[in-house]
Amino acid sequence: MWAILSILVENKPGILFKVTHLFRSRNFNIDSISVGVTDNPEYSKMTITTYGDEKQIDQIVKQLDKMIDTVEVKQLDEHKTVYRELSIFKIKVSNANDSMEINKLANAYGGKVHDVRKDSIMVELTATPDQIRAFEELARPFGIIDVARTGVAALQRSGS
Amino acid sequence: METMTGAKALMTAMEKEGVKQVFGLPGGANLPMYDEFARCDIRHILVRHEQSAAHMADGFGRVSRKPGVCFATSGPGATNILTGIATAQADSAPMIAVTGQVPVAMIGRDAFQESDIIGMANPVVKYAFQPRTAKEIPEVVKKGFFIAETGRPGPVLIDIPKDVQQNTAEMVFPDEFKIRGYHPWADPDISNVEKAIEMLLHAQKPVILAGGGTIISSAFAELQAIAEFLMIPVVTTFKGKGSFPETHPLSLGPIGMHGHAEANRIMSEADCVLAIGTRFSDRSVGTFEAFEKRLKIIHMDVDPAEIGKNQTTQIAVVGDVRASLRIMVKMLMQKALKKSEETPWLKHVRETKDYWKQNLKLHPGEMGAAKILRKLRELLPPESIITTEVGQHQMWASLFYDVIQPGTFFSSTGLGTMGWGFPAAIGAKVAKPDVPVVDIAGDGSFSMTENSLATAVLEDIPVIVFLLNNFTLGMVAQWQRTFYDRRMIGVDQGKCPDYVKLAESYGAQGLRAQSMDELDKAIKTALSSDVATVIDIPIDPEEDVLPFVAPGTSLSDMILPS
Repeated sequence: MWAILSILVENKPGILFKVTHLFRSRNFNIDSISVGVTDNPEYSKMTITTYGDEKQIDQIVKQLDKMIDTVEVKQLDEHKTVYRELSIFKIKVSNANDSMEINKLANAYGGKVHDVRKDSIMVELTATPDQIRAFEELARPFGIIDVARTGVAALQRSGS
Repeated sequence: METMTGAKALMTAMEKEGVKQVFGLPGGANLPMYDEFARCDIRHILVRHEQSAAHMADGFGRVSRKPGVCFATSGPGATNILTGIATAQADSAPMIAVTGQVPVAMIGRDAFQESDIIGMANPVVKYAFQPRTAKEIPEVVKKGFFIAETGRPGPVLIDIPKDVQQNTAEMVFPDEFKIRGYHPWADPDISNVEKAIEMLLHAQKPVILAGGGTIISSAFAELQAIAEFLMIPVVTTFKGKGSFPETHPLSLGPIGMHGHAEANRIMSEADCVLAIGTRFSDRSVGTFEAFEKRLKIIHMDVDPAEIGKNQTTQIAVVGDVRASLRIMVKMLMQKALKKSEETPWLKHVRETKDYWKQNLKLHPGEMGAAKILRKLRELLPPESIITTEVGQHQMWASLFYDVIQPGTFFSSTGLGTMGWGFPAAIGAKVAKPDVPVVDIAGDGSFSMTENSLATAVLEDIPVIVFLLNNFTLGMVAQWQRTFYDRRMIGVDQGKCPDYVKLAESYGAQGLRAQSMDELDKAIKTALSSDVATVIDIPIDPEEDVLPFVAPGTSLSDMILPS
């Protein structure tokens, strides 16, 4: 199963290393990771997505919780969570029609178009990882020159 | 508030924590700390290799249940203690390791004797600090000791750049501090304890499996009370060896790869286990699947991450195991749920135990391992402390040396660090100078830290090295005999050195015992000596440790002496 983990940590140097190291040393995988300082500068929030069976996810959460630098570790229920990832695609433009089609595609996914050139277009897309993957599949026939993705940021909805 | 250097603050903070001695070795980057020994009451115990300093601190910590402290310089000094730190982590032993570091401005520039010890040690410490200013030191030390000794104990590294040791600051020694992400104690869930009692009462074939956590939390009396109240046989892990008196009628001894035959048999037949302070290591339970398929497991542990890590449990009680067991004892007493001695299960347990006591084939020679270790047991007072090295002798000690007084047997069980036993014995003797401390050793393992003889002699720490000498890396040789068609590669120690002469060259006492009479005399001589003693006991290099549960098999598949 796919899991979203929200980890509140002390905002100190070296913590990212420790968290990622824990995944490596315990034989877990990181699917994506995003880190940013919270409204309280003493803390950072890491959002890590990972795969594993229920037992493995349970172990990851417990091992993260055991770390002294983690203040709070939560596994978020994806149905009760707003989670988004920012991605930027550079897509090949072979003819004028491509340009129009890519624009349409970007619009359909709520993306923004940047840096329009004769032979390429950049699309900025903030969406769920599934939507980004779907967009990627549809953009692939044009030719994807490059992609950058941030990893997921996630917050649980109020009342859940 | 007082103005002082970082080094002085370190020593002052350690004195406040009750530190009486430090095991260590000086070098360029920790000289400011060393200079402070001239101005404080903390004793310095010099080692000949930093790994030994860490093992001494470890041995001290396990026996006294207060963190032992070791010092090393930067670079190679720091990397030399890593094995010792990892050993303490694997066995949940409280320890404070203080390393010198190059000055802050030099960090990251590949300076002379610079090593990124924080980065290297991170996976094998409970926590690591690197104060960047002198004024942080008092709080770092306070937090370090707290983290090392609370909850599931472990090693804490404090890496101090040389200029941070030298700089002065207005020092505040705090009484209180906050670590937001550290919650070492949970209150045991009483309803789960109640359920556990129900499960144990309804089981036909219950067993108690006591792990190392039972020893760490000194839950000896509680364990014994529950075993006797419910009349449940007690097996232990190797790390839990001696958490329950091994002379007790309900004791079956350790399970595992080289567990007692009766313990492995009964563990394999049980239908319900109360597992106390154990991580169900592969060496203890064999294959995980075989273990959990058959058994209802009640798991008590202070570390929530251990619940469900290696075994699926029916009932989990998270919290200090002594606290959990106390609740259980209280409930049992209130309900007056005393069980009788005469159940078919207990009868079977007794018969199994008697059978193996009589029928396990032992080495036929005069100097077989069982006879040697039983002789040691016979002559040592019950309160004597045993440490072991790692190898065949360690497993023979597990099989044939019965622990009478709980909490007097220590070994590197998790990491299996050769060279641990002798320095750990020195640390143990410092913690308890009034009891005999014996390192049950093998020649391969002892030779890794034998230069600690210098420390034992010069610092007047008279421990006994009880050396079962087969001139071989015996456990590896046994595996080569068993699994590699007797191709003996890299195991012959070539009768080198002569351990009696070696001991004497350090100013220690060297004795050789080639018969039971000589052994009897040698042990008595060592016990009445006030100098460190090595008893060299030549044994048959072909003797195997049996029973043996081969890796990847289950406890019921023991290889037995033929």
